[in-house]
Amino acid sequence: MIELYILLLFMIAAAFIAVQIKDLLSSIIAVGAAGLALSVAFLILKAPDLAITQLVVEILCLIILIRATVKRDTASTKDFRGFLTTIVSLVFIGVFLFFAYLALKELPDFGKPIMRVAANFIEMGQAKTGASNLVSSVILDFRAYDTLGEATVLFTAVIGTLAILRRIGRKKKDEVVKEND
Amino acid sequence: MIYLLCLVLFSIGLYCILVKRNLIKIIIGLVIMEYAVNLAFILFGYRLGGRAPILAQDQTIKNMVDPLPQALVLTAIVIGLATTALIVAIAVRIYDRYKTFDITKIRRLKG
Repeated sequence: MIELYILLLFMIAAAFIAVQIKDLLSSIIAVGAAGLALSVAFLILKAPDLAITQLVVEILCLIILIRATVKRDTASTKDFRGFLTTIVSLVFIGVFLFFAYLALKELPDFGKPIMRVAANFIEMGQAKTGASNLVSSVILDFRAYDTLGEATVLFTAVIGTLAILRRIGRKKKDEVVKEND
Repeated sequence: MIYLLCLVLFSIGLYCILVKRNLIKIIIGLVIMEYAVNLAFILFGYRLGGRAPILAQDQTIKNMVDPLPQALVLTAIVIGLATTALIVAIAVRIYDRYKTFDITKIRRLKG
């Protein structure tokens, strides 16, 4: 499991660089490095479907973020909000980490999941759904209503994005609108 | 121990959201937190020496990893992309109106 630790430390380093670096484009590239490391971590954790999905989604996310920052004035924005805000935020994060650590001690150890529900899925999955990939049998059969709800969220987000980015619908009378992005 | 590293990644994203002033930096913090949560789910379902949850011809089904968190995270990743696109669209429109990404300068409540 040493490779998993190395990948996680790499992700933490990439996230730290992304947070602290001045240049926004470099920051976005660092986030991309963290996301691709996450894809490899999924592969090590025996989740090949997730690795493929994360790879594609990461590249699309990078394209969206670069499209948002390129050709815009981002150099004049300072990144400092005063000592009081920083200290209060750090104290809050410390309290959060403490309680999260207390909660993590109650979880089962790494590598020994409980699998009370999933044991049934693994045993009966092929017989009940006919799918040899158990992840897709869970998505499309055992928890299909869940997937329906998440598809609703997905399409709501897509419609919202289109409605915000559209230029034509918001012009006034006798105004000529140029579509430039 | 490995859960703790995942928690550190989450708190880096939280720090970015709470302290930074740039809208794009805040979006980056959200993306980092999303990575940490997805990774935590998969870590909770991992079994040492387990196999990927795909049935093969000659396979005994004793030592598979948990397929349930994988199914949940698979949809969560795609939804994360859609919500990131929504936030970026809002940020671009804010930039068009205010000519800045600095959240302390975006104060006028003008339709």
